[in-house]
Amino acid sequence: MQIPVEGFMYPNEVELQWSVLIVLYPFLTGLVAGAFILASLERVFMVKAVKPTYRLALLTALAFLIVAPLPLQLHLGHPERSFEMYLTPHRSSAMAMFGFVYLWYLLAVLVVEIWLDYRRDIVVMSQGTTGWKRLVYRVLTLGSTNISEHALHIDERVGWLVTVIGIPSAFLLHGYVGFIFGSVKANPWWSSPLMPVVFLFSAMVSGIAIVMLLYMLMCRVRREPIDMDCVDTVAKYLFYTFIIDFSLEMLDLIHRIYEADESFRSLDFMVHTRLFLSQVVIQILLGTVLPILLIGLTQVVKLAATQRKRIYVAAGCLTMIGIFAMRWNVVIGGQLFSKSFLGYTTYKMGFATREGLLTAVVLTVLPFVILGVLVKLLPPWPEKKSALSSVAAAAYGAD
Amino acid sequence: MNMTRRQLLILLPAAAVAWKSILAGTPEASPNYTMTEHWWGMLVDITKCIGCGSCVRACQMENQVTDGYFRTWVERYHVSDYDIENPKVDSPDGGKNGFPPAAVSDGKNFFVPKMCNHCADSPCTQVCPVGATFVSPDGVVLVDQKYCLGCRYCVQACPYGCRFVDPKKETAQKCTLCYHRITKGLTTACCENCPTGARQLADLKNPNDPIHEFLRTHAVQVLKPYLATRSKLFYNGLDGSVR
Repeated sequence: MQIPVEGFMYPNEVELQWSVLIVLYPFLTGLVAGAFILASLERVFMVKAVKPTYRLALLTALAFLIVAPLPLQLHLGHPERSFEMYLTPHRSSAMAMFGFVYLWYLLAVLVVEIWLDYRRDIVVMSQGTTGWKRLVYRVLTLGSTNISEHALHIDERVGWLVTVIGIPSAFLLHGYVGFIFGSVKANPWWSSPLMPVVFLFSAMVSGIAIVMLLYMLMCRVRREPIDMDCVDTVAKYLFYTFIIDFSLEMLDLIHRIYEADESFRSLDFMVHTRLFLSQVVIQILLGTVLPILLIGLTQVVKLAATQRKRIYVAAGCLTMIGIFAMRWNVVIGGQLFSKSFLGYTTYKMGFATREGLLTAVVLTVLPFVILGVLVKLLPPWPEKKSALSSVAAAAYGAD
Repeated sequence: MNMTRRQLLILLPAAAVAWKSILAGTPEASPNYTMTEHWWGMLVDITKCIGCGSCVRACQMENQVTDGYFRTWVERYHVSDYDIENPKVDSPDGGKNGFPPAAVSDGKNFFVPKMCNHCADSPCTQVCPVGATFVSPDGVVLVDQKYCLGCRYCVQACPYGCRFVDPKKETAQKCTLCYHRITKGLTTACCENCPTGARQLADLKNPNDPIHEFLRTHAVQVLKPYLATRSKLFYNGLDGSVR
């Protein structure tokens, strides 16, 4: 397949090395970090208004974290050797260390926090269900069936501690993804100390937006009223985070334009041609400025609940598109120009190939399927908890 | 034989390490070669290159390089007197079959052979997640083909565009400085086949190597020196427009 080239590329540069799957990887990881940070608002920073989203945010983070390494794994030429990253990691490699950051976050933070938070419910459900469900819940108790007040108090304390550890871990997780790109000095589009910070804030934006959207969607599916106080608070945090994120991205852009180093002419050409639609139109105008204006409107004008809900849905969807476009522009955009700054190549995405569009779509849908299973297994709804309370009371009597 | 669980847990990792060592095999013997006595690099004299492409063909044959990918290639620069910062560059099929006549006559034309710079502080080895690519004790950047994951991070990290992932082997490939030849006292395939001597293998640890005399008496440069990779691909007659 002939790849269209404009100007001069080094002969080995014509074909892109990192595909749409590597676009998905920071996108999914960002949702994890953002969702967790939203959850921590309630747990650590005592923002009680967002409580209805707390458990949903944790389950969302877990669903996306499970899928996050899959695009990387599918992209590898030799996936069967990937465990070597854990056995013989190269300490100077950002990518090698990411494996450990990922495992730490998955096993020491997220799974522990979810288990501690749900332990009481799991024990109760292992008593109140039958058949295979009972078996699943019994396994999930890990043999710990003490749900006395004292035990639950310890769960609460440890859970709080895990969340406190989890916040820097979430920062580390996604800041590190930014570092993987930002530390490549050969590529001026990536090489920037701002990259980890920009990635982190964009992750928070996307994570908060997805949890807000999922919460509203699930309320609709369950025919439950949306807690507007909760959604308003989440939207407010989304607004503030978005402002910081946008400021950082603009700072990066202005710095590049003003400094105008040797790569500038090449990158500027790229933004005005090959990346104009994905960067200027989709990422900046539709995916950042418009949602900021929309949510900003709800902050300054008193609108009815229905109008606010519509605005939040529109802004949330635009945000997700904008953040995906940002990942696209970083990963794909960073490979479209020659390191000689003399030419440009083209990205041709396959369809039903290992790294094609179909695989990307499946990997995007997969976390939602996993989230569906998790929500079924571990309902995040407060009323379910109260329903369970009666079961618990019946099961444990005076306990 | 009675074995406790503790003994088994100690024995298993030891057995795993032993098994990996067996799988790794024994390196090819090179009895007259001591790695620490050499520090390899290459000298490219741009003033001598005629753009014939012999080096590219020799490299592809010697190393069975997959068609369409290059361990070495030749670029032709055309620099106009009126716009020295924006050269026109071409490299049809890596310059393997030479070049068609230049389309424009103003300014200057010259050829620049390119290959791995065998950097002493190579960004590609720094980023490899498993250390499959490394700088050997004699200064050659190599890739362990049985260890490479094919993650392509090294390809992204190379500022000179010298690496690629072979579509058949799915591992990173690059110039090995014909390691299989130089460790037997031979020169590289590209140097051997250059009709004008524009490429010369250089052993920087050998005080009798002519490279020392050359470096003392010529204005020699490396590509992209601001990246501080400590490149060992030295260019004589390198124009400022070359990237």
